[in-house]
Amino acid sequence: MADLRNNFVGIKSPNPFWLASAPPTDKAYNVERAFKAGWGGVVWKTLGEEGPPVVNVNGPRYGAIWGADRRLLGLNNIELITDRDLYTNLREMKQVKMNWPDRALIASIMVPCEEESWKAILPLVEETGADGIELNFGCPHGMSERGMGAAVGQVPEYIEMVVRWCKQYTRMPVITKLTPNITDVRKPARAAKAGGTDAVSLINTINSIVSVDLDNFAPNPTVGGKGTHGGYCGPAVKPIALNMVAEIARDPETYGLPISGIGGVTTWRDAAEFLVLGAGNVQVCTAAMTYGFKIVEEMITGLSSWMDAKGHRNLDDICGRAVPNVTDWQYLNLNYIAKAQIDQDACIKCGRCHIACEDTSHQAITQFVDGVRHFEVMEDECVGCNLCVNVCPVENCITMVGLEPGTLDQRTGKTVDPNYANWTTHPNNPMAKQAAE
Amino acid sequence: MGTTQSGIHRGRLAPAEYETNFSDLHPRLDDHEALVAADRCYFCHDAPCMTACPTSIDIPLFIRQISTGNPIGSAKTIFDQNILGGMCARVCPTETLCEQACVRNTAEHRPVEIGRLQRYATDVAMTENKHFYERAARTGKAIAVVGAGPAGLACAHRLAMDGHDVVIFEAREKAGGLNEYGIATYKAVDDFAQAEVDYVLAIGGIEVKNGLKLGRDFTLADLTANFDAVFLGMGLSGVNALGAEGENLAGVSDAIDFIAELRQAADKATVPVGRRVVVIGGGMTAIDAAIQAKLLGAEEVTICYRRGKEHMNASTFEQDLAASKGVMIRHWLQPKRVIARDGHVAGIEMEYTEMQDGKLVGTGETGVLTADQIFKAIGQTFEAAGLGSLALAGGRIAIDSEGRTSIANVWAGGDCVKAGEDLTVTSVAQGRDAADSINRMLAAGAQPASAVA
Repeated sequence: MADLRNNFVGIKSPNPFWLASAPPTDKAYNVERAFKAGWGGVVWKTLGEEGPPVVNVNGPRYGAIWGADRRLLGLNNIELITDRDLYTNLREMKQVKMNWPDRALIASIMVPCEEESWKAILPLVEETGADGIELNFGCPHGMSERGMGAAVGQVPEYIEMVVRWCKQYTRMPVITKLTPNITDVRKPARAAKAGGTDAVSLINTINSIVSVDLDNFAPNPTVGGKGTHGGYCGPAVKPIALNMVAEIARDPETYGLPISGIGGVTTWRDAAEFLVLGAGNVQVCTAAMTYGFKIVEEMITGLSSWMDAKGHRNLDDICGRAVPNVTDWQYLNLNYIAKAQIDQDACIKCGRCHIACEDTSHQAITQFVDGVRHFEVMEDECVGCNLCVNVCPVENCITMVGLEPGTLDQRTGKTVDPNYANWTTHPNNPMAKQAAE
Repeated sequence: MGTTQSGIHRGRLAPAEYETNFSDLHPRLDDHEALVAADRCYFCHDAPCMTACPTSIDIPLFIRQISTGNPIGSAKTIFDQNILGGMCARVCPTETLCEQACVRNTAEHRPVEIGRLQRYATDVAMTENKHFYERAARTGKAIAVVGAGPAGLACAHRLAMDGHDVVIFEAREKAGGLNEYGIATYKAVDDFAQAEVDYVLAIGGIEVKNGLKLGRDFTLADLTANFDAVFLGMGLSGVNALGAEGENLAGVSDAIDFIAELRQAADKATVPVGRRVVVIGGGMTAIDAAIQAKLLGAEEVTICYRRGKEHMNASTFEQDLAASKGVMIRHWLQPKRVIARDGHVAGIEMEYTEMQDGKLVGTGETGVLTADQIFKAIGQTFEAAGLGSLALAGGRIAIDSEGRTSIANVWAGGDCVKAGEDLTVTSVAQGRDAADSINRMLAAGAQPASAVA
């Protein structure tokens, strides 16, 4: 059995699956249930400063998009940080941590961007026995209008400043949660590192209008006739999150900075993808909000089975393994040539590959051969774009097969060159550099 | 309570049992079920299901319209090709047409439920009384249609759309043809056939004259003299005889009459049925009669077919349905003699058959099945009078690819022609296409030559 124990910036948990700071971690009742279900850790729903708690809207807080069979693909929300009293939360956190000493319990915090506010809350949190803190610099709605959340996360200087205060006023590890609502996520990550953060976590939710009520001409969720942008999450955001994680993981300035991966993790496979792209663990929310806490069993057993099958002993064996293979487009090998190949035994003859290629791409797939409905790749037209693979409803029916060096590419009439060559040296590139002698 | 006594009796079941037995075989999908079913469609390119549909309904499009919450648009997609799409959704042997062609069969041996989705969309539109077609400006042309069955209705509707005036001559007292008189009750409940006739006729410009029979009340020559064009769609009115001794005994009757009687009976308990019933035949009519005899409370129902299972015209689905209702299907048996007791059927002597040199022959071995009622379902024949010199082919009206007959300005379609399968959907396609042909002829103003010499 693969060893799934996780040590993230010194915070230990029995597995790398944490629940992200969100409604599922708002109170002891939920968190106790999560730990019983097997979650390795939780980031408690964001605490605000002492005083009257924030208030939430009393109408709908969530909107969604769905795929076939109404599978939830994307969720957005306009909920704020915890609307419970600070001391109630702190008391429950302390009790839960005592009850579950082997699980990670992190406090998410969002207070005004003033040193005194952070200085005031940190000792209170530390007293609960929490394993660390996560700075919520990502919440894109409501709190950002008050100068907190994403309003801080979008200004690298503020990030550095607040992180520095936190490192100054607490011994707890500091995880800085980043917003994706920014042009270049490396900038805030570098700022957090400069401030001394122990880790970053990303992504927070994405600014979004999830749909529009066409009867009332208002965004969903509609609260009394009006809507606002909400934070988007769920399976749909995973590709964006993976890219941002990888960008930070391979940035020389932040290389080695621990990352807690967040964004659409729904299955063990999603989690594994985050881990190999440089995340030290993952945080999950939407999947739990869609299916309940039990899904962690699938994640644990799935990750474990895959690691066993591949001979990976522990998380260190896989973390970051894909990072060296993430590169810039300009370094991709232009001499690598692949062609689509259709497995005729698996083909169900739906014709989707043909029409996609015919209407929108390279006219490289037949519809009829000798008058019979038959879908076959014409190698002399195929550019290897992979569109047919992606639209085919049968998994592994169409595959991309790389041409062996020395064989003929029927499309170009040229022999496949065994040597690596990229755009930086390509003759069509006006900026091409001469290969070093 | 019911009765189990021998002989042919009504009221074999308790009233509630009739209600259950003759309820909708496949109830309409609700909105959620329709979405789930529609999600399974792959939106194939040049879809095999569409090619398999005799009326070429754009199935991927209408299913996508359902999945995007547009059942009304979906219904229009269906009706554009098949104005009787509601009935076809209920009675089409989809398992041998669109659903057999569905690529999901290859992937997982379970097709998209095309028939039920079609019913969903057409039901939504018809329930909301949503009509999609208006008549073009009146052309002043008048067309006679003989028979208000699927072929005649489809033809009349398309002609009315084109602005022509149509008169349908129907021998029976209700329009609908086999949809009204020949479909098993549980396939089209709630008087759907009449609702559909009303829906089709709502376009206007179509007059239905009931009780007028070709050859008895008028001739084809009368029609050609008084109308710009004629469409013949009167179906088949004759039935094949058993050719067995004693077939005129009380208790022996035609399955189609039994099916019609049952369809017309407001209270199914008034329809008598035997305790032991034997149905002779291997097509849909045999299955419909046998299942319904069972549903009426017959204790034992046996279908006897003279060839093997693989030769039966009834689809596998229909055979399985019959089996699930407790009907026994026996093969390689042909009727030899109906056995009488007191002038009434008491049994039937059957002879085993086999293939010899490609011909079906009796083996000489016989056996007797006890029966108090026997239904004949061994095929219908074309019988018509008043057609003058109209050319026939294979015992039915000869037509060309456009539905033109041997007589100028006379078209034909449906079961009375020898083309395609004898299915509702085929009849609709033929009626519709004949209308298009008629319209082209009238629009061109040209005198067409007769197509079939």
